[in-house]
Amino acid sequence: MREVFVPKSSTELWDMWGSYPNAQVYAGGTDFLVQLRNRKRDASVIICMERLEAFKGVQQQQNMIRIGACTTLSHVLKEPVIRKHIPVLATAIRRLGSPLIRNMATIGGNICTASPAGDTLPPLYILDAVLEICSEQGIRHIALKDFIHGPGQTALMKNEILSCINVKIPQEYQIHHFEKVGKRKAMTCSVASLAGLLKLDHKGVIKGVRLAWGAVGPRVLMSEKVERSLKGMQLSAESLENAVQQGTEIFSPIDDIRASADYRRKIAGNLMRRLVRHVQPDAGYQIRPDTRIRQPENI
Amino acid sequence: MLISFCLNGELKKLNISPNRRVTDLLREDFGLTGTKEGCGTGECGACTILADGEPRLSCLMLAAQLEGKKIVTIEGLSDGQKLHPVQQAFIDYGAVQCGFCSPGMILSAAAFLRQTPEPSRDQIRESISGNLCRCTGYQKIVDALEAAAKIMQEE
Repeated sequence: MREVFVPKSSTELWDMWGSYPNAQVYAGGTDFLVQLRNRKRDASVIICMERLEAFKGVQQQQNMIRIGACTTLSHVLKEPVIRKHIPVLATAIRRLGSPLIRNMATIGGNICTASPAGDTLPPLYILDAVLEICSEQGIRHIALKDFIHGPGQTALMKNEILSCINVKIPQEYQIHHFEKVGKRKAMTCSVASLAGLLKLDHKGVIKGVRLAWGAVGPRVLMSEKVERSLKGMQLSAESLENAVQQGTEIFSPIDDIRASADYRRKIAGNLMRRLVRHVQPDAGYQIRPDTRIRQPENI
Repeated sequence: MLISFCLNGELKKLNISPNRRVTDLLREDFGLTGTKEGCGTGECGACTILADGEPRLSCLMLAAQLEGKKIVTIEGLSDGQKLHPVQQAFIDYGAVQCGFCSPGMILSAAAFLRQTPEPSRDQIRESISGNLCRCTGYQKIVDALEAAAKIMQEE
């Protein structure tokens, strides 16, 4: 029989891990419990982290936002701080799973699952998220980019957990963009996704840009070459086309049940070509209302 | 493992395996077969229950996670003999065909409408996007939920 523990504090967690060093941990369980059941994973002792209040919640401290790793995606999505300062993350979460999944799945779980199609990852990459990793011995920090090594592979060591995600508020970028292509609108893995932060001047010249693609490589992809090719250019179909050409070499998608590699490569380029449609010059280069998160909404 | 929780308004205390799925516990131990298992992987929403008022997937919850929770299943949604407005609207608008998705759909919608008294059709669709229906084509479900929203507002 499998033992299940639900610790309420980190002290309790470390005690349980001390007694059962091979216990595996989960937070929302939306991936983990499925894998256990279809025997892709095995564990005689599992620890559920859904009641670790110390690792939950969203806080703003000056220009930093701290997101507890055990915070559910629904909770992150509802936080005014997230919607106001990092709408790129809110938009991505809104396209992830369904309200039911988001009520259970956590942001830390999405990161530690390290799926190339994890929808919170492209936004967190371009936001330069820094992770807090916690063990009984203490806390260490690591950049998200260095944390994820490949599909399902992270820098987490034995008896360590991801406790918190730190994001600096990106004040300089006025446009937050996230677009995902999947088989359907809800409850679907990304075939390809693009997260972007853009700073445009009043004439539409790109002063700053961060872009990251999901599901078109073993990890989230970013390209300095693409970002460099856009900087200083007018945001237009031509400049984006040029940047797409610069970027195609970085895409290394796979064929799977959801899409072919060729289709993914095409979509990855098209997501960038479409950026021009999401920006409205006459409104001072603000994001178009239809791509902004609709507010108020309570989902 | 001794677990105590509130099920449809009644306090339950029982000694059970903590690894049991909540779906199985509800259906097999309590005979509450309104909670369905469709996919068993969180994709269909047929096993939806309310935990502390929030819709959750009971196929992805283990018994140990019930401790101290207030659980409502479809059997506990009505107020005695009086159906919940969402249940009544499902009948009035013919939003049921085979009925397998209805319990989960109704619980998701009931929780959503409590938080969003004046939803748009798009918001309604999004609220039930984790609950699959393979019969109705969703139109009548959305019609029923629009009507239920109005009734809930009047009440």
